[in-house]
Amino acid sequence: MEILVATAIGAMTASGIYLLLRLRTFPVVLGLAMLSYAVNVFIFASGRLVAGAPPILGELERTTDPLPQALVLTAIVISFGMTALVVILALGAYLNAGTDAIDIEKPGEQPETGR
Amino acid sequence: MQHWIIAPIVLPALIGAMITLTMRHDVLLQRVAALASAVLLVGLTGALLFGAAQGGVESYELGSWPAPFGIVLVLDRLSGLMVTLTAVLGLLVLAYAIATGWDQRGRNFHALFQFQLMGLFGAMLTGDIFNLFVFFEILLIASYGLMTHGGGRMRLRGGVQYVIYNLAGSTLFLFALGTLYAVFGTLNMADLAERATQLPAGDDALVRVTAVLLLLVFILKGALLPMHFWLPNTYALAPAPVAALFAVMTKVGAYSVIRVFTLIFPDTLPSIGGLVSDVMVPAALVTLTVGMIGVLGGGTLARTVSFGVIGSMGTLFLAIGTFTEEALSAAIYYMIHSTLAAAALFLVVDQVRARRGNSTLLPQAPMYKAGVIAVFYFLAAIALAGMPPLSGFLGKLMVLQAIRAEEWWGWGYAFILGTSLIAVVGFARAGSVLFWRPFDASSPQVTAGMQADDLAAETAAEEKAEADAIEAEEAFEIAPNAISGLGQAVLGVMLALLVALTVFAGPVSRFAQATAAQLYDTQQYVYAVLGSPEERAAREAAEEALADDLHGADHGAPAHSETPAEEGH
Repeated sequence: MEILVATAIGAMTASGIYLLLRLRTFPVVLGLAMLSYAVNVFIFASGRLVAGAPPILGELERTTDPLPQALVLTAIVISFGMTALVVILALGAYLNAGTDAIDIEKPGEQPETGR
Repeated sequence: MQHWIIAPIVLPALIGAMITLTMRHDVLLQRVAALASAVLLVGLTGALLFGAAQGGVESYELGSWPAPFGIVLVLDRLSGLMVTLTAVLGLLVLAYAIATGWDQRGRNFHALFQFQLMGLFGAMLTGDIFNLFVFFEILLIASYGLMTHGGGRMRLRGGVQYVIYNLAGSTLFLFALGTLYAVFGTLNMADLAERATQLPAGDDALVRVTAVLLLLVFILKGALLPMHFWLPNTYALAPAPVAALFAVMTKVGAYSVIRVFTLIFPDTLPSIGGLVSDVMVPAALVTLTVGMIGVLGGGTLARTVSFGVIGSMGTLFLAIGTFTEEALSAAIYYMIHSTLAAAALFLVVDQVRARRGNSTLLPQAPMYKAGVIAVFYFLAAIALAGMPPLSGFLGKLMVLQAIRAEEWWGWGYAFILGTSLIAVVGFARAGSVLFWRPFDASSPQVTAGMQADDLAAETAAEEKAEADAIEAEEAFEIAPNAISGLGQAVLGVMLALLVALTVFAGPVSRFAQATAAQLYDTQQYVYAVLGSPEERAAREAAEEALADDLHGADHGAPAHSETPAEEGH
């Protein structure tokens, strides 16, 4: 199981980084999503991989660490919200600027009328 | 006293929510509520600072969950100082934004501002490293909104860059926390500090990986090379008052480095050794150089100031990376100074933009009533560049004095003094173009056919920017309240604070020394959070007694939780 989980994290991280280095917003957003999946599984594994055991101390011999599960929940909520935000922001920038390129030329100065 | 530690987090959270929910349509009410909250926060954090200055470390257990299991907030000298600095800066920037009408150029400015303050206070007060991540996210979410406040083509595109860079940084932070938890098995900073000394030798490599991952995340926030690329565009494209508030955001990165690398991964830890310092000192020297050269070649005043911020972060990280008590106290003094100086310069940028429509460093027609702004710019620029007589000079002097004991002190002296010269030239050049050249008889006055000899050699890109600038100016009118005297008064107050920091350098640096001494006394922090060994022994004994009682009761009870009906399913 360790090898499966480790390769899954590695594959997701690799594709996430590859997509993150693209020049258009859409692949970059997908890359961020892939990276957040990878990190969620990674945090989950940081409490050691235990299958079929409850996160409750006391009654049973085998238990799993409950803390990473709580951490992953927090991380999932935050990354979900962030993905939604970056999609909206990227859409706004695309509609305003007419391009979805990530890099921007050295900005001269923005005309600031009607700001 | 103890319960007040959470007040700076709860107050802006409540006021921010109230502003969004009940005051959406009433500008005046929003302004009054936001200002009242900011004033109260200055009072609250001032009281906390006063409490912390007595020398103790206070911890507050959220929901009364005992320390390593629940989240704690910790108030010591450093966090007290940081929250007070943030609150004062927040109040000034808010007053400026209201006075110049910036808060009405988009929606939800006040609510976002309150949430931003909440995130900043939380990050500075928390004693739990996952909670630090959560507060980082809160302050980032608010900053995404503030950065794109007012909209505009370039600002939105800059916003996308900023958000993506920081989302990647947050993911890295989570990777670091996952590794940290896997190695240490805890997330409470005091507990981490204790366990770091007890780890088996086999974990050395993992400890180092964790330390470096965390360092990367914090220097991303602190804009240390090579993680600084987000800063110039973000600060230059954000509304200038927001950029003034962001001056304290880079300091959150510096604060986190100080906290984590004195408490959890100090140089005395065998597995760390000189690792952090070996990485940070060269990086800081290069950052200093890149920042100050950027000051020389910024192209617009906004970008010039942004690079000045990078340069000052280089100086700050050089002092932090030395990791001696003296260097840390210099760093703390310099941190207060560079926050105020950078914020003042961004407000000057806003005043310049309000008068010219842009801050491009090309000659244009004279600005309306620019005399007082020129004086403000002059003062703030000599402060940030580190010229006498203002606090930047004293700060740099303290840093120089502190690194004198190191082997590499010659490099440090050469870089700090050399880059200070470059910065002075850069700021002087920017100031002359903005404030003097328009009055020079031989200087081109802005007309549609502007093509003077000294501009002919400039590159096509700059010509384009110039054409844009002229175009903007033709369509430009000074907004009625953008150059109000009230806004300038706020700017004056900020500079007066810099002067006060210079005049009261003695008491402030004594406080900084006491802060640095407290940072190195990690035992005090650990005992304040987890309890001293005697307290812990007493608590464990009480818990055992309680557990025995419960077990006794359990065995007495006839039925266990497994009932046959449940098993049948």
